[in-house]
Amino acid sequence: MGRKEDNIRKALAIMRNVELIRNIGTVAHIDHGKTTLSDNLIAGAGMMSEELAGKQLVLDFDEQEQARGITINTAAASMVHEYEGKEYLINLLDTPGHVDFGGDVTRAMRAVDGVILVVCAVEGVMPQTETVLRQALKERVKPVLFINKVDRLINELQLDSTQMQERFAKIITEVNKLIRRYAEKEFKDKWMVRVEDGSVAFGSAYHNWAISVPYMKKTGITFKDIYQHLKEGKQKELAKKAPLHRIVLDMVIQHLPNPAEAQKYRIPKIWRGDLQSPLGEAMINCDPKGPVGMMVTKIVMDPHAGEVSVGRLFSGTLRKGQELYIAGLGNRKYRIQQLSMMVGPDRIPVDELTAGNIPAIIGLRDAIAGSTVSSIPDVEPFEPMRHYSEPVVTVAIEAKHTKDLPRLIDVLRTISKADPSLKVEINQETGEHLLSGMGELHLEVTIYRITHEYKVEVITSPPIVVYRETVDHKGGPFEGKSPNRHNKFYIEVEPLEESVVQAIVEGEIPEMDRIKNRKDLTKQLTDLGMDREEAKRVEAIRGPNILLDMTWGVQYLNETMELVKQAFFEAMEKGPLANEKVYGLKVKLVDAKLHEDSIHRGPAQVIPAVRNAIYGAMCQGNRVLLEPIQKIYINVPMELVGAVTREIQQRRGVIVDMEQEEYQTIIHAKAPVAEMFGFASAIRSATGGRVLWSTENAGYERVPRDLQPQIVRQIRERKGLKPEPYDEKYYAEM
Amino acid sequence: MLTFVGLGLYDVNDLTLRGKKVIEDADTIFAEFYTSHLIGMEPQELEKTLGKKIIVLSREEVEQGDIILESAEKGNAVLLVAGDPMIATTHIALRIMAEERGIATRIVHNASIVTAAPGLLGLQQYKFGRTVSLPFPQENYFPTSPYDAIQENFSRGLHTLILLDLNPKPMGAKQAMEILLRMEEKKKGGIFKENTLLGVVARAGAPDCLVRAGYLKDLLHEDFGPPLHTLILPGKLHFAEAEALVKLAGAPREILG
Repeated sequence: MGRKEDNIRKALAIMRNVELIRNIGTVAHIDHGKTTLSDNLIAGAGMMSEELAGKQLVLDFDEQEQARGITINTAAASMVHEYEGKEYLINLLDTPGHVDFGGDVTRAMRAVDGVILVVCAVEGVMPQTETVLRQALKERVKPVLFINKVDRLINELQLDSTQMQERFAKIITEVNKLIRRYAEKEFKDKWMVRVEDGSVAFGSAYHNWAISVPYMKKTGITFKDIYQHLKEGKQKELAKKAPLHRIVLDMVIQHLPNPAEAQKYRIPKIWRGDLQSPLGEAMINCDPKGPVGMMVTKIVMDPHAGEVSVGRLFSGTLRKGQELYIAGLGNRKYRIQQLSMMVGPDRIPVDELTAGNIPAIIGLRDAIAGSTVSSIPDVEPFEPMRHYSEPVVTVAIEAKHTKDLPRLIDVLRTISKADPSLKVEINQETGEHLLSGMGELHLEVTIYRITHEYKVEVITSPPIVVYRETVDHKGGPFEGKSPNRHNKFYIEVEPLEESVVQAIVEGEIPEMDRIKNRKDLTKQLTDLGMDREEAKRVEAIRGPNILLDMTWGVQYLNETMELVKQAFFEAMEKGPLANEKVYGLKVKLVDAKLHEDSIHRGPAQVIPAVRNAIYGAMCQGNRVLLEPIQKIYINVPMELVGAVTREIQQRRGVIVDMEQEEYQTIIHAKAPVAEMFGFASAIRSATGGRVLWSTENAGYERVPRDLQPQIVRQIRERKGLKPEPYDEKYYAEM
Repeated sequence: MLTFVGLGLYDVNDLTLRGKKVIEDADTIFAEFYTSHLIGMEPQELEKTLGKKIIVLSREEVEQGDIILESAEKGNAVLLVAGDPMIATTHIALRIMAEERGIATRIVHNASIVTAAPGLLGLQQYKFGRTVSLPFPQENYFPTSPYDAIQENFSRGLHTLILLDLNPKPMGAKQAMEILLRMEEKKKGGIFKENTLLGVVARAGAPDCLVRAGYLKDLLHEDFGPPLHTLILPGKLHFAEAEALVKLAGAPREILG
């Protein structure tokens, strides 16, 4: 029996003992070496051959991920590691680092209880380090810190031993500052990383070594020794004395919680159901005898088996052949056709998996990433996962050959199930579908997959930016009349409080079609600074927009309100300026006059009346077009700063800050997404490739006033609308 | 000049002589058949019989009004409407728009279901409360205010004329009763029960006009034939009314008390 097989056998034995399990992930800023770390951990634990590790990149098992050198899909792997005489099972989920794939990072967080935060010793804490750490802390996922690429401090930056330690201290301080800022009160102190207790390790994932203070004490190795080894180029020797997997996995076992421990405080945060119900109790206690409670975090496509649902089993025991329900899909049952655990690219079939593990299931046909699966029908789903960024770029996509028309629709549906951060709009009539994603790269990768993995040849349009519409001051009351003139609605609009917009965008306040818990919502909104009288009268929240019913005693309004909401939803979906989504609007129904007889105020009457009133009020509030903005972080040698600055400025970009470090400069800039297309190759040629850069979506900003009419016209023409938007008078006369 | 001409209930023979004269003198003739329509005659047939071109307008075109008003500004325009024209509220709005533009208007009246249905059942006109229309339930729209109006009439001992939605297709009496029972389930006012006495009028004004009165549980299983149908929920019956329901509409004798 090979070591790999031996380990699989061991893993199967351990997985029943929940105290010996750790579910962890790795998170980092792009290129800080997360995947290399994951691979070498797996190799060290004997799940793949050591020579291949660091070269083969097991977790980057998509052909395409390897070609691009970045990790796109979160894959899972289980490892066995011995610590103080006991064998532990570590389920490792690799997460993508590129900001375009933020949705995957968020989902992976749901499934793990702890993360190894990887920070490059040379670059230090970067903006995405903050983003991913914040995502982890929001899900009550505990971090440990691995400072990577330590060899480069000595070999490239030529630091001495003291400077090296100062560097570590700076990174640790910054990481702890972030933990203080983003962790909830009870975890702020408990979760700080400390060199002394071994929740921080240093090393080189690529060269397969690492060191921590407890390990130094145990073995007598000192920082000086490390420095000496690196200076003399003896990293191989170091890898023998202080093997990466041993130090890092020791750290994981010692400092990251087991599922039973973690679920006690995580379930109340990530699940809103009744904690006293059988399912609630089972999940809090990670009880293998209770009802099944599982969240699917990832759909992996297998060319032979089809869709595989991977996720976290919080309670119960899964068995092959068992029938399960998917929350929200009623009483339909789904039979587990195959049950396995993931080991790198392999799925190892098992007959049973108990609470606390990461199962891979074939048979949950209708599951999507984010689905809640249980042995009980219609359970409360896990809180919808929060994405910090929405799709900002769209391409139109159609099949190149007519014979592929139906197949392309299938493929688009499948990929959007696997990656919910993609939005797909299918248009059966024209065959021209819309695919929206987090950025240019995200869409390129998806289109590559459609053509190479699913073998459908497609034609795509150049990428289009997704705009938003809003107003810059109060408008209305505006009278909207129903087509039969028997009903009138009076609407006021104004910009929604910035704090409320933020809370909705970040998912603190969920979108809602009807208000379930008015008391809590009122409190939440008044705390954010909304007027109490308004906060009490919310009817619906859609996008970061709110509908308020400010009327008093209007007869028949109660049976008309659903239609008012529908009109509000429609108007928020397509704004009056360019049919783009509305962003940050407060819509107030201030009065209504309704016909006595219900037949005269059906959908065909009420919806256009309210929609026109909203549009008219928006005209009066001055319609504003918003465009998505990206933050750009660029790391270049000093002499290239001029070239980079020129490239940014040509793209309506602004340099926000510039930091000098040794011999490199870090430029913080921001620019409209619309101007960023083709930036990758432009910046590469402007700098001869001597550049490291990354971007992050940073919300929406107003399009420059003088550009707005032109951009509006372009969007309208692209959509086949009359080039000029309608004015206030038009809506008044409707 | 804009003239609203009522067509009555069944076919061209119901047109009044005055109406016929107005049509003959008209420059443009419009018609709308969405608020109601003639049961016995298609628009094309009407056109043939009258020997003049008729422009049938959609709901949007009537509500918007421009097409009609422009013709009325230039010459004599006529809008043909089934029944009595001003029973449909929309036409009042149109008339006001015309007057606002300085266009003279007049009305040629005709018979309406509002008087025909009570008459056929033998119910007395002065004992009716508010008329209600019963709309088809739609997505996000299942109003129960018709029930409230019916309940209000009933509690005061008044009859209720229940007009049935025509769009997208005419609602049948059976479907109307089912919708009313759904409202009953929601509102629980005890109005519609198995032994609630109801009147049904089918195809008022037509030669094969059908008039029925009976208990809801029985009427639910009866076939009233093609549209248009109308329901009446009787309130407190005068002895003469009860007698009429038994003799003219086949109501069970026990209602005579």
